[in-house]
Amino acid sequence: MAPAGSDPSSRKSPAGCGGDDNIIVIRNLSYSLGQTTIFNHLDIDIRRGGVTAIMGPSGTGKTTLLRLVTGQELPDQGSILFDGGEITKMSRRELFRMRKRVGMLFQNGALLTDLNVYENVAFPLREHTKLPERLIRHIVLTKLHAVGLRGAWQLMPSQLSGGMARRVALARAIVMDPEIIYYDEPFVGLDPISMGVVVRLIRRMNDALGLTSVVVTHDVEEVSSIADCTFLLSAGRVVASGTPEDLQDHHSATVMQFMTGMADGPVPFHYPAPDYGAQLLDRGGK
Amino acid sequence: MKNDSARGLNRLALEIGYSLRGFLQTFGAGQIFLLRLIINSPYALARPRLIIKQVYVTGVQSLVVIMLAGLFVGMVLALQGYLTLSKFGAEDTIGMVAALGLTRELGPVVTALLFAGRAGTALSSEIGLMRATDQLSGMEMMAVDPIKRVVVPRFLGGVIAMPLLAVIFSAMGIFGAWLEGVIILGVDEGAFWSQMQAQVELGQDVMSGIIKSIFFGVAASMLAVFEGYNCVPTAEGVGRATTRAVVHTSLSVLVLNFMLTAWLLGGT
Repeated sequence: MAPAGSDPSSRKSPAGCGGDDNIIVIRNLSYSLGQTTIFNHLDIDIRRGGVTAIMGPSGTGKTTLLRLVTGQELPDQGSILFDGGEITKMSRRELFRMRKRVGMLFQNGALLTDLNVYENVAFPLREHTKLPERLIRHIVLTKLHAVGLRGAWQLMPSQLSGGMARRVALARAIVMDPEIIYYDEPFVGLDPISMGVVVRLIRRMNDALGLTSVVVTHDVEEVSSIADCTFLLSAGRVVASGTPEDLQDHHSATVMQFMTGMADGPVPFHYPAPDYGAQLLDRGGK
Repeated sequence: MKNDSARGLNRLALEIGYSLRGFLQTFGAGQIFLLRLIINSPYALARPRLIIKQVYVTGVQSLVVIMLAGLFVGMVLALQGYLTLSKFGAEDTIGMVAALGLTRELGPVVTALLFAGRAGTALSSEIGLMRATDQLSGMEMMAVDPIKRVVVPRFLGGVIAMPLLAVIFSAMGIFGAWLEGVIILGVDEGAFWSQMQAQVELGQDVMSGIIKSIFFGVAASMLAVFEGYNCVPTAEGVGRATTRAVVHTSLSVLVLNFMLTAWLLGGT
């Protein structure tokens, strides 16, 4: 890792996904939760206009990384630049201004359960604009049509399947025409059809609307089919980065274990524990 | 032996210290939260539909419970009052006794306790679940402040609903006292109403109850939304927050009631 510099953007880019037009530049990022180090001098560049996948085993802090780049958490150290603006130093007002330029798809959709599909998608428009109702209706129906759920506008979130809820959340995420969308585990718990739909939607939306997409996931196969650039996190650092093909051909044991789904390897299957036999024979202990 | 008892005392002192520090931290956080609610209230007041919806949820949907409770509390008051007062030949005054008891004390206090159990738990668990299901984070990510959009309307809805519910409780209680005293026990109806009219003062008795219920409304609504908003975002966390909201509200209402009574009676 490069040492911390006074100008974060001047530091060397991480290897793998070159290009100078980066919308997000993360440098020397360290973050701990209690005694646990989540990130240790992390460097990541997110290229504008592309689909970037952040992968890694469960518990590596992928969702935490999204919380950091959206200013929901503050790092212990390091810099996070969004389009040149330092997120870690933004006031609440500045953070809200920045967030109007981004969309986020939460793992469970995070739809407002007291509003129907139409009102959920219209929610950001009603909060941030004074558009006439006719125009709001037009925009909402356009976005719902884009995710294939125009016919479900009157349903309540409790009436939607997991895949449908995520598509509604996607419609809501793009309703303000953001520059970048963060997807937090968008494929978890989806059936193959819904998963295929969401995978294609992410790519199609990105290209059609000229967005930048950041997909946090551990689904190698799905994200490999749409990502331009991939970062693999493990033990608080980027262990590999590049195109999905680069990662497939990577010789590092950690990368190979993750990409091929081996149970044991550098990332151990077992949580640290005392000797199995000794623990079984120990009558007093649990 | 001496060492053991000294160690025990030491541990007890430490635990009391930790508990006190925890209480003061929560109390301070509550005051700051209340300040945030008050500062952000103009935003919600500019969108009255949000507040009206919450008045409906916390007020109108609590009406049946409040009315039934008021009716039976009034009936019990009349029954107990009749049994005692008839020994002195003063059973005609049960209307006045019931009205004074209801408007000054029982109306606001019992309404606040019922509010904590019915609307307060609903507020805490709703906001807690919104926290647990990322709805509040989702709002933050849409650059919408959940305090302004979710918490303040619920808080103001509760503050508005509480005095209205307390008045309805007292009215139902007086009706219950009339039902029990006049219709069932045969107290003279004219005496029942005239004693009440002569002795219950709008400014002193009825208003003191309304003032109390406004304070209780602020306390109960604030504690409910505070616990929900700050809960641990898990099923267990939401459950604990809901329980805490009821317990803290009930205790706060009883303590506040004593302080307000002393204040309203002029320190007598």
